[in-house]
Amino acid sequence: MLKIDGITRRFGDVTALDDVTLEIEQGEFFALLGPSGCGKTTLLRIIAGFETPDAGTVTLDGEDLLSRQPNRRPISLMFQSYALFPHMTVAKNVAYGLEQEKLPRAEIKQRVGEVLETVGLSELAGRKPHQLSGGQRQRVALARSIVKRPRLLLLDEPLSALDKKVRADMQLELKRLQNEVGITFVVVTHDQEEAMSLADRIAVFDRGRVCQVDEPVALYDRPRSRFVADFVGANNLFEGTAGAKDELETEDFGVLPGTPAEDVKQGDKALLAVRPEKIGLSQVSEDSETTEAAEGAEGTESSEVTGETGLKGTVVDVSFYGGVSHISVDVPGQPRHVLVAVQGASEVKPGAEVRLAWQAEEAVIIPVDQ
Amino acid sequence: MFLYAPIVVLVVMSFNSGRSAYTFEGFSLEWYGELAGDERVMGGLVNTLIVAGGSTVIATVLGTMLAVGLARHSRSKVLDALAFMPAVLPDLVLAIGLLLFYGLIQLTLGLYSAVLAHALFSMAFVAAVVRTRLSGADSSLEEASRDLGAGPVTTFMRITLPQLAPGVIAGALLAFTLSLDEFVIAYFTIGNTEQTLPIVIYSMIRFGVTPKINALAAILLLVSFTAVIAGQRLTKIGERVPRAQD
Repeated sequence: MLKIDGITRRFGDVTALDDVTLEIEQGEFFALLGPSGCGKTTLLRIIAGFETPDAGTVTLDGEDLLSRQPNRRPISLMFQSYALFPHMTVAKNVAYGLEQEKLPRAEIKQRVGEVLETVGLSELAGRKPHQLSGGQRQRVALARSIVKRPRLLLLDEPLSALDKKVRADMQLELKRLQNEVGITFVVVTHDQEEAMSLADRIAVFDRGRVCQVDEPVALYDRPRSRFVADFVGANNLFEGTAGAKDELETEDFGVLPGTPAEDVKQGDKALLAVRPEKIGLSQVSEDSETTEAAEGAEGTESSEVTGETGLKGTVVDVSFYGGVSHISVDVPGQPRHVLVAVQGASEVKPGAEVRLAWQAEEAVIIPVDQ
Repeated sequence: MFLYAPIVVLVVMSFNSGRSAYTFEGFSLEWYGELAGDERVMGGLVNTLIVAGGSTVIATVLGTMLAVGLARHSRSKVLDALAFMPAVLPDLVLAIGLLLFYGLIQLTLGLYSAVLAHALFSMAFVAAVVRTRLSGADSSLEEASRDLGAGPVTTFMRITLPQLAPGVIAGALLAFTLSLDEFVIAYFTIGNTEQTLPIVIYSMIRFGVTPKINALAAILLLVSFTAVIAGQRLTKIGERVPRAQD
């Protein structure tokens, strides 16, 4: 539906977008994810028409978008600041877009009423924006954007201005609305949890380039670069060389089990990424060096945890989050602490000697970025 | 307080029943009455109002456009500085320059040339006031309007202008007050046939200060004060709205 082809945008010496190519399907909930300054908002502004790219094309169902003024594009943008008109009431704000289409008054009134009902703001139609709470303002902005029935709705950091509780509500609300109105949503966010929970597909941006486009689960389980592995969720990374099969040869830790990504060949420099919740942790008693108690981490502490396999380390810190506990383990030779997540409270105490292990299918071996 | 003493004296003496400008002899409104009967003064007053009103209208429209243009479509610091130049330029320089310019294009001097001259320098003040207001305004509002299908003109009329209104009004009042008692530029550019109130006062004062002049000055003072206070009020009201919106 929306085709972005070879978009490049420079600001002076800074390349905000570098040859970005993406395709977004009809009815999809698509997320552009990346740290601040990665160019994702610039791309959104190009689609909406507030920036002009230096090179590349954007087409909507085969029609060129770039030659059209922003007010002539069948696209709505919901601004991060919401950009509600402070001198107009809620109803006037929502009606503004329809008035531009020169629709009859009765139809405008009816559609405004309908959309305000959809977002649950019918009683507040006569209020001014400054009399509303953050969540209510966001609903007004949303109503104002969807009332025009755009083919594509762009949302710039839609939830960033809300507090945590309201954010969770609005997250569900957004998904419900998207199902209900059937508009294609493109959301820009720096929050990977938000992207994963909202979107059907996610494009991860780094310094103006698209690193990976995938569904949330695939993105989480099979990152294809160091940046994605590190940015999307917590990850433990080990450097080394890809080994014969399902393993990474490292200088400090010997051979580590992992599944290589498609483009990794034997002998390549590579990284092994393993999620904290995939690591099995077992406590080692000081005298006998044998496994004493195994922490239940998704049952991975099976065969491989026993005996001499696995990484040896010292627990540095244990933090309890309610549902899960995070255990930081200092493994000699590894620059960053290895993070292990276990269900519930953990019996391991800081200072304990532990062994860490995982199965080959739980870890991925990815190529080192050029 | 010391600064205001002469002004207080001036106002008090304008109600003096005696002829002297220095000794108070009793309360009376006779000088105000005499003012109303003086054709020169009344003519000057009418001229002043024409010049102030006309130049305010021109300066407000052009100054607002200048401020919007500079803020939204230009990144040049030089243009910025040039736009506000007339506000800081010595009046005398501006007056002589304008006189030369009018001579060059062979414009006969009169009320309209004074209107244009005043519009020129008050425009810089209007632009400065509106510009301050504009820098606090959120440009995403205009983008939102475009995004919702409004063209540039509709966006300006329905979104930008209402946002700027308090600044525009404050700027207009400032322009009006500035023009009201401006002497140098008016004196140079109005020619021989017409006179504004400050010029009338100036020529009257050459024959000594009378309570009549005091009365005239008191009226001018009242008008200027009202305009300034109204301007301040309006700017404050305007500022409250976006802050509350945060």
